[in-house]
Amino acid sequence: MNKVKERVMEGVFLLTAIVSIVAVALICIFLFANGFPAMQEIGLWEFLSGKVWKPTNNIFGIFPMILGSIYVTGGALVIGVPVGILMSIFMARFCPAKLYRVLKPIVDLLAGIPSIVYGFFGLVVLVPFIREHFKGNGQSILTASILLGIMILPTIIGVSESAIRAVEESYYEGALALGATHERSVFTVIVPAAKSGIMAAVVLGVGRAIGETMAVMMVAGNQARVPDSIFKGVRTLTANIVMEMGYATDLHREALIATGVVLFVFILIINISFSILKRRTKEN
Amino acid sequence: MENKAKKGTAGINQQSFADKMKSYTKHPGSFVLLLLVLVAAVLTVGVLVFLVGYILIRGIPYLTPSLFAWTYNSENVSMLPAMINTVFMTLLALLFSVPFGVGAAIYLVEYAKKGNKLVGIIRVTAETLSGIPSIIYGLFGMLFFVTALKWGYSMMAGAATLAIMVLPVIMRTTEEALLCVPDSFREGSFGLGAGKLRTIFKIVLPSAIPGILSGIILAIGRIVGETAALIYTSGTVASLAGFFDSGRTLAIHMYSLSREGMHTNEAYATAVVLLVVVLIINGISSLIAKKFEAPKN
Repeated sequence: MNKVKERVMEGVFLLTAIVSIVAVALICIFLFANGFPAMQEIGLWEFLSGKVWKPTNNIFGIFPMILGSIYVTGGALVIGVPVGILMSIFMARFCPAKLYRVLKPIVDLLAGIPSIVYGFFGLVVLVPFIREHFKGNGQSILTASILLGIMILPTIIGVSESAIRAVEESYYEGALALGATHERSVFTVIVPAAKSGIMAAVVLGVGRAIGETMAVMMVAGNQARVPDSIFKGVRTLTANIVMEMGYATDLHREALIATGVVLFVFILIINISFSILKRRTKEN
Repeated sequence: MENKAKKGTAGINQQSFADKMKSYTKHPGSFVLLLLVLVAAVLTVGVLVFLVGYILIRGIPYLTPSLFAWTYNSENVSMLPAMINTVFMTLLALLFSVPFGVGAAIYLVEYAKKGNKLVGIIRVTAETLSGIPSIIYGLFGMLFFVTALKWGYSMMAGAATLAIMVLPVIMRTTEEALLCVPDSFREGSFGLGAGKLRTIFKIVLPSAIPGILSGIILAIGRIVGETAALIYTSGTVASLAGFFDSGRTLAIHMYSLSREGMHTNEAYATAVVLLVVVLIINGISSLIAKKFEAPKN
């Protein structure tokens, strides 16, 4: 009797473990099955490279949105990566233990703030600021980049801090013994040794930035055209889906799901590069 | 380990602040690096303090009683129904995800043998799930739960979508917690004649509870703040919702308010409530983390 119970429960645990496999399979199947017909009907190349998105005229080109996602993600990296990496170096190597006990919760809090609150903050603070101090109406690539740069900070800080902490202490001591200052030891010995972990942090940041929806949508302006300056509005892949899914029908709806498929493929590529980098960190 | 090493070096070359500043005159490059690092720290902290402070200062005055009226109408834009929906949504999503997440972690830690190919696949898929952005979950939830299973825009559809979204969080934290339970506990239990199942439920799980709890709290944080995954699964109806009714959570409520542009002040107030919830959640999780680490020292 007991043996049967043990066996059955092992089966139950196995089943619960398989749920994540089933979930990923279902997500792939449903997204691709619903997105491919539109890609076929529109033509994959026209869909990806078309510069015009006019659902009312049945013209579906998502090139502006792909560019939009790349622009705001790139902008977010320009702002978030240097600050994030320097902050992680500070937390791992510079700050006293007492300060760390304050800083760590602050970074956690930064990670915990909902994206809708970030978006609202961007809308009421950043957008007017950009409008008054630069040009344009404030809803622009620049605004979205700044906001996203802030939002990816905790991701980058967390991963790269643990990468820096994982470097053996003897590296640092060796550098000190050779007469290097503390800063020089950290920046020329420890940081290079943690390189692939820091790269993984950046890649994870890219994933966060490209997938972010609500916050970007609230500050980016969402015009579906190829922007010609960083003060112009832009629409990302994510915003395209959320903005129009509410009323879209037929081919339009399928084209939006296909937009999701394109985003999903981007994310899968990013995930794969992240796990390759992480594995490399472990091997080191 | 690390702390000891640091203390050791400080003991050997003790340096006063003045000495240190003097040494920087010989190494201007190092001084620049120090400044850069400090600037980054000040920026990060500054951004958070400014964001939280700004929203609290602008929002708290608008936390009026009418915002907490029992029913929502376009005049009072009450957030109370949305708050109750949020609690309901959180409970429902946890009900779906905790058993599966914890069960999966138990399988990975207690049952799976080393080099098991299935384990590799489970880990890869869990990692994939944790990298998928919420809008993709929203799309999937809409296609699968809302359309294919014909649940319609409903709390159930939203909760099921969120359950998949937080599954990897719960799996990972539970797994870490189970791994932290020393093998001697298990051996002791086996030695006393307990079976594997009994060992898991009476010995391993109870000692891993703080870790599991911190995972659940993380998950609550994500559920409460989620918007993109819910707009097209649970919908945006602003009233109390049953299992198969559409209902908005607090985050969606805030999105609707700020999009309409008519109720900016109320949006500030909603942001305050959301921030306070996040602050409480973070506080609890760090408390648990502290309790969890205490026995080690």
